[in-house]
Amino acid sequence: MPAASINLDEAAKAFADEVGSEGEVAVRGLGTRGGSVEGVRTVLAPQGIEWVQAAEMTVRCGAATPVDDVDAELEQYGQCVAVPSGGTIGGALAVGRSGIRRLGHGPIRDSLLQAYFISAKGEVVKAGGPTVKNVSGFDLCRLLVGSRGTLGFLSDVILRTRPRGDSEQWFVSERDPWELLSELYRPTSLLWDGRSSWVLLEGHADDIRAQAHSSQLEEASGPPKLPTEARWSVAPSELPSLRVAAPGTFVAEIGVGIVHHSHEASRSRPDAAVADLTRRIKSEFDPVGRFNPGVAALRFSG
Amino acid sequence: MISRLRRDFSALRYQKPDANVVVDLVERLRSVLRPDQVRDSDSEIRLYRRDASNLSGRAAVVCFVESTDDVQAVIRVANEFAVPFVARGSGTGLAGGAVPPEGAIVISTTKMNRILSVDPVNRLAWVEPGVLNLDLSNQTKHLGVHFAPDPSSQQTCSIGGNVANNSGGPHCLADGVTSAHIHAVEVVLPNGSVSVLGGEDPEPGGYDLRGVFVGSEGMFGVATKICVKLTQNPPDVATLLLDFSTVADGAQLVSDIIADGIIPAAVEMMDQLCLQAVEEYIHAGLPVDQAAALLVEVVGLSSGVASDVARILELAERRNVGGVRVAADEDERALLWKGRKSAFGAIARIKPNYYLHDTVVPRHRLPDVLEQIYEIADRHELIVLNVFHAGDGNLHPLLVYDASEPGVTERVHAAGNEIVRVSVEAGGVLSGEHGIGLEKRDLMPLMFSEVDLAAQADLRRAFDPALLSNPDKVLPSPATCGDVQSIPDGAWI
Repeated sequence: MPAASINLDEAAKAFADEVGSEGEVAVRGLGTRGGSVEGVRTVLAPQGIEWVQAAEMTVRCGAATPVDDVDAELEQYGQCVAVPSGGTIGGALAVGRSGIRRLGHGPIRDSLLQAYFISAKGEVVKAGGPTVKNVSGFDLCRLLVGSRGTLGFLSDVILRTRPRGDSEQWFVSERDPWELLSELYRPTSLLWDGRSSWVLLEGHADDIRAQAHSSQLEEASGPPKLPTEARWSVAPSELPSLRVAAPGTFVAEIGVGIVHHSHEASRSRPDAAVADLTRRIKSEFDPVGRFNPGVAALRFSG
Repeated sequence: MISRLRRDFSALRYQKPDANVVVDLVERLRSVLRPDQVRDSDSEIRLYRRDASNLSGRAAVVCFVESTDDVQAVIRVANEFAVPFVARGSGTGLAGGAVPPEGAIVISTTKMNRILSVDPVNRLAWVEPGVLNLDLSNQTKHLGVHFAPDPSSQQTCSIGGNVANNSGGPHCLADGVTSAHIHAVEVVLPNGSVSVLGGEDPEPGGYDLRGVFVGSEGMFGVATKICVKLTQNPPDVATLLLDFSTVADGAQLVSDIIADGIIPAAVEMMDQLCLQAVEEYIHAGLPVDQAAALLVEVVGLSSGVASDVARILELAERRNVGGVRVAADEDERALLWKGRKSAFGAIARIKPNYYLHDTVVPRHRLPDVLEQIYEIADRHELIVLNVFHAGDGNLHPLLVYDASEPGVTERVHAAGNEIVRVSVEAGGVLSGEHGIGLEKRDLMPLMFSEVDLAAQADLRRAFDPALLSNPDKVLPSPATCGDVQSIPDGAWI
């Protein structure tokens, strides 16, 4: 456990004072995931890693801590977090988008164990607990991930870490990606652009070699370049419909359902009951709409 | 057969409805369902008084629903009469979550037990809530997949109940608790509207309503269809039984393994009393002279499994491991797991009654918290057995006793209270997999401040403003908030 660079309990109190209990306010980070709301007072969450507990597979850090700093710290312990790189931890959690290793590492939403957040009343609120297994009360952590700062501002978090694989290697293949999905054992990532498939395997080097050999995979230097114009979220069973799309216009996460695309998807209509629940939750947590004004909680894609 | 202490639970907000109202309610329910789906005889009401906890209540009527439409019809009637309702799967919950408030409608989902569809390519399935946990894995075995959450009650517990309690099990160490295995839930919300929360698509827009529904203990509505993730069966499995002359050595090895970057599929611990009881029961050749044994399972591809096993044995040597037994084949593996999973049956040979606890502590605190648990049991002159998910730090101290002995129930109560407290003080949590229900409702202030609990109450109100869906569970009433001594009458902790 490294020496604490910050006392996050104290920092949360100071952050709560800064957020206050009145007036519109937006949270800012490094601006990598769309930036903060303009024309509104902005606040910055605490920054810094308080501890890493390698044997617990947990790390506690301020929400404004850069993802890459956490990653660098965890590398010393042979661990990592299922949070896509770039920007801040709080920003990644608030947006709730997982990285391309989701197939093997799981979604970002599962990595949050405990959070202290600042409520619209300006109070410090705890959600969740420090252990992976925990069913003590309602799961506010899941509510916060992807809530885009509309319900509370994350002050600090405890994240579940995972071991880095002994080895990892990207491969490329011209084979059908669904055949690969069926025969490979728990690949970390499986991407497809309509022509080629890219596979990331992690684990023991001999196992990686054996799987690559039996599935006729060729070593690659890394994943393909992902189109950044649009991000679709579709049922993984719908991905084969992309067979008619122009190759090269997309990269699909096979077995997951994310499509990195050069064109926007048509938007589906929000379900009325879901829209109603969304309004009621927002109104319970932030009745006057102080937090991140103008940010829509309900953004549909796909 | 083990008899357990039964107590009435009476600290409920809802008063028993007037007899005439019950007659009208039953009549109305019989008009929206088939009459045979609506039962209100004394004997049937008695059957649904309790779950597997020591708590009980009394419903007005039990409805055996068969479809989403049935559930919606019942919930609409509940709203019409302003009567609370409680969904119930197999009734295996240990925290009183399915105990009906006085005069409530019990919605039994046992007849909604169909596996609706399986997608073997993308490894997901839609199931009804009454499907039994193990049945899903058995039915999909030929496709090379299984449903990873595996509570010890998996032969009888329902997936709807797993969703309600965000249940765990031995194999959650590597694969995560139930929440990580649920893509979507079709629910009838407490106001009677039907919606799908989450989706087969990985990033449905908006708040993660799926995530907050899982583990909401029936207080956010009733699940009617569940989309689950299926997990690939591993090509290779190694199951090891390691024994130790001290509990501390075994407990410390658990942290050593994880800190080394190995996440076994499961790491279970049994202490000496448990080993002895189980050995008498199943004759598996368990190390009954040792203080503790760890059952470790490693799964994956062959080289990774072999290398993890070698490393675990190396680490075990440093913790003075005694015997090492590696299951030679599937039969031996099944026998070792049978030993672990039959522990609760085996303890009936020691005393007629038991109380099973469920707390979590950080792994590195296992040695000293276990020591405190033995000390607490000694001080209260009780026998305690420990059989638990060590890899997750998820303790299951079993207090065994004979309820006919004068004063013993009070001692069990006091010891249980202390065990929960030392777990939370060690940086742990109130429950790892059983949930809060009624059992630990008034202990929530040990972990959460009034402000924290108010935020949980906000979420509850957003889902259920009329507070009809399984009321009075999980959240302590404001009057008891901050007063952890106030345990509901008859509740056992």
